[in-house]
Amino acid sequence: MDQNAPGILIVDDEYSVRDSLEKWFQKDGYRTASAQDAGEALKLLQEASYDVALLDIKMPGVDGMELQRRIHKLDTDVTVIMITAFASVETAVQALKEGAFDYITKPIDPDELSHLVRRAIEQRQLKAENIQLRQKVEHLSMPEQIVGTSPQMQEVLEMVRSVAETDATVLVRGESGTGKELIAQAIHANSHRRYFPIIPVNCGALPESLLESELFGHEKGAFTGALYRRKGKLEMSDGGTLFLDEVGTISPKTQIDLLRVLETKEFNRLGGNNPIRVEFRVVSATNQNLEQLVEQGDFREDLYYRLNVFTISIPPLRERREDIPLLAQHFLEKYARQMNRAFTEFDSSAMELMVRYPWPGNVRELANAVERALVVGKAPVVVEEDLPLQLNDAAFLPAGDSLAEVEQVHVERILEQTEWNVSQAAKILGVDRATLYNKIKKYGLSR
Amino acid sequence: MPRLDLVPIFLPGRQEMLDCLCETLNLQLGLEVRQHRPGFDAQTSFDPDRGQYNSTALLRMLLGDLPVETNYVLGVCGVDLFIPVLTYVFGEAQLSGPAAVISIHRLDPSVYGLPADEELLCERLEKEAIHELGHCFGLIHCQQPACVMRASTYVEDIDLKPAGFCHECNPLEVTATCRIFP
Repeated sequence: MDQNAPGILIVDDEYSVRDSLEKWFQKDGYRTASAQDAGEALKLLQEASYDVALLDIKMPGVDGMELQRRIHKLDTDVTVIMITAFASVETAVQALKEGAFDYITKPIDPDELSHLVRRAIEQRQLKAENIQLRQKVEHLSMPEQIVGTSPQMQEVLEMVRSVAETDATVLVRGESGTGKELIAQAIHANSHRRYFPIIPVNCGALPESLLESELFGHEKGAFTGALYRRKGKLEMSDGGTLFLDEVGTISPKTQIDLLRVLETKEFNRLGGNNPIRVEFRVVSATNQNLEQLVEQGDFREDLYYRLNVFTISIPPLRERREDIPLLAQHFLEKYARQMNRAFTEFDSSAMELMVRYPWPGNVRELANAVERALVVGKAPVVVEEDLPLQLNDAAFLPAGDSLAEVEQVHVERILEQTEWNVSQAAKILGVDRATLYNKIKKYGLSR
Repeated sequence: MPRLDLVPIFLPGRQEMLDCLCETLNLQLGLEVRQHRPGFDAQTSFDPDRGQYNSTALLRMLLGDLPVETNYVLGVCGVDLFIPVLTYVFGEAQLSGPAAVISIHRLDPSVYGLPADEELLCERLEKEAIHELGHCFGLIHCQQPACVMRASTYVEDIDLKPAGFCHECNPLEVTATCRIFP
């Protein structure tokens, strides 16, 4: 007997039924076992797994209905088919209500039996396949890892976790390159909509007329060049998440249309008359000051409130410098793998330079800098010279605009340059040593 | 050459059909086929409630009546067969065992209100006999449409398949599972 063949367990108090069904299924290549009562059946189920259990409803002691309940407690995956000598609608309905796949009456039509068991096994295989595929989809749809141990990023991730399951509309704010789309993907991946798509629309990249067609789709002949009917992004995101990037750039007319869709969840394709109902979640992102746009009359207040139900603000990289080493190492490993290069780490001066640099382009700029370093550098260590030149120039520029901030950065830079030779540094700075010591103390500088 | 005993059960006036079957089984399966009358009372397998004959009981009787020098025995019945849990069977065989029984009752077009067709009946009988003997050789049902070991629960299914084995089931090639060609 093939141990990998689908298994069928037959439970009936009549020997002739057990014997003939076992023989019947063995000829179909199934793995079979039989039990004369519930106790024996449960013992067999603990010893091996079966795909289908054929249970006689009427048995002395524990009957088929009760056995079905006990089997489902033991192994929820077993497909149960009830066998009854008397076709009673009541018992059949009860059995089906309690999770039986189907029921058949004795004597059984051989054709019906073959089809029923084949169908039960196929359904079980499909169920198993479905679970496997869902796991694969979950794995594939996992957004890129969000790296960051700083309290600010931990707070952002906590907000993602808490809002993901709620279905609330989310507005992600942050400077360019901070990873707003990644946060939107994380919200989608952690929501119940994860098996449906997340459809991104870059509102800033498209002129008004194109954005309209992109969002709402169009019917054939709706405008010159509309040769075919086309589904819009709203329709495509049905069941999933619509991610509106750079939402602050949407034109006033599209703002009205979008607001209507968000309120009614219904729209028409361009040139179409039939309203289309959709059900999606909206996550939007912007690096603009929407409140200011509302004040200026460039963004509708009602749309602003509709989109801004829950806000997640991603801090710029310069405000969470403790994340830079972790992010840099993450990108180094990622690109080294992609480029098949044996880079393992940054030397201390390269890392120091990256931590100092203000990263106006945020994480995206850091990723690009690391990628470039891996292209020009020599494995296994990334050194300062491998990083883009502007980093060296800008790393020592003031972090802020106040005189104190400028002074702090300048003093620090000269100290670094002289390898903390205070006399030499004081000479360059044109101050005496005591003054320099006071500055070091004031700004809390250390080697 | 392995020997097969063909035992007619409630099959009067079908000698020509039996002779034809003997020849086919000899040619197709390379068996030495002999006919002999049943040495048991087949009527005891009758179930008056169902009006049918119990094929499992008939198999037991055929096994008890098996001559020492015989490798296989095939009962050919003219009556309707059943196994207790099923409404009917075309035949029953022991998987990797010596005995099989088949019925011509449901193979006969006239049972379905169609004109009698002896040629078609013989064809179906041959296929069913080879199919059940295939189980005796250790073969299980085959998914291939062009194989006699494909399961048939309707008589039309029998007409769709050929009388021969597919490459995978051919007992001449499957020596590991076939006891007649060791």
